[in-house]
Amino acid sequence: MSTNTPLASGAEAPGFKLRDTPDQDVSLKELRGRPVVLMFYPADFSPICGSEVSLFNEILPELQKHAAQLLGISVDSAWCHLAFARENNLRFPLLADFHPKGEVARRYQSYRESEGEAERALYVIDKDGLIAWSYISPVGVNPGAEGVLKALEGLSGKVYED
Amino acid sequence: MSELVMPVGVRDHAQGSAYAPVTLLEYGDYECPYCGQAYVIVKRLQAELGDELRFVFRNFPLAQVHPHALRAALAAEAAGFQGAFWPMHDVLFEHQGALGTDHLVTYATLLELDVERFIHDTESGKAERRVREDFMSGVRSGVNGTPTFFVNDHRHDQWYQYGALREAVYAAAGVMRS
Repeated sequence: MSTNTPLASGAEAPGFKLRDTPDQDVSLKELRGRPVVLMFYPADFSPICGSEVSLFNEILPELQKHAAQLLGISVDSAWCHLAFARENNLRFPLLADFHPKGEVARRYQSYRESEGEAERALYVIDKDGLIAWSYISPVGVNPGAEGVLKALEGLSGKVYED
Repeated sequence: MSELVMPVGVRDHAQGSAYAPVTLLEYGDYECPYCGQAYVIVKRLQAELGDELRFVFRNFPLAQVHPHALRAALAAEAAGFQGAFWPMHDVLFEHQGALGTDHLVTYATLLELDVERFIHDTESGKAERRVREDFMSGVRSGVNGTPTFFVNDHRHDQWYQYGALREAVYAAAGVMRS
């Protein structure tokens, strides 16, 4: 059972600055001007075929049509992310919410205290830094990408058909 | 519960009667080991249900994880242009460890396809557009991994093992009859 409720649409997205690679940071502020998709997930190295990160990795071209930047966030360290990203050939950044542990997930009401991990939470943040859409899925369920695509289409007012 | 957004139509590869009470649709990836398991389960259900079951396959290659998945999907579609989608589909799932380009050409030869045309078609935008259309229709229908099944347009959220899938298919058949 999910116990957390995500931050509501219209609210300002809490700022953060997190490790992306062992020697580089990414901040939300520097991405102002384009939509940002935040994908909180419990942990690196979950089973491959059904995994949420693999699905989002495959639909990156769709996100790019909206100029959106996808960021994965979990409590794993940057070193762990590096190994996970390599293994799955990920082409988007994974941020380490590692120290202080889970701090950013907490700001987004997406931290599971009992497990010490993030929820499976998705946020779409608009170009002005406001939350456009949010969703927390039961932790065992891969939420899919449909909600994110719809939210991005809502922001740009366009539906892209292949 | 997620619903299929792109209805099954003439564009699709289907086995069994269009008037079957149950349509089982799979979004799958030729290099995914779980889809390989599901392949056997689907065959068993088809043998059991005969004309009562229509089976439809759509491509959902997780190309970043499975380096051969997209080529394999294109090969199946290219074979489809010569009326041999299903034979190629079966060969691919029965040889999941051998999906290199050379292997694909060998399968086309064994299936007595026009190999030159097959190679041309795998590289044509037409096959790729079909695969992409399949893929995006899956994303929009709530497919989030492979294999994902739909039973009469409803996503099957239970495990895909024989018992669970059989139960869902029979339940759908029962509803249609009553």
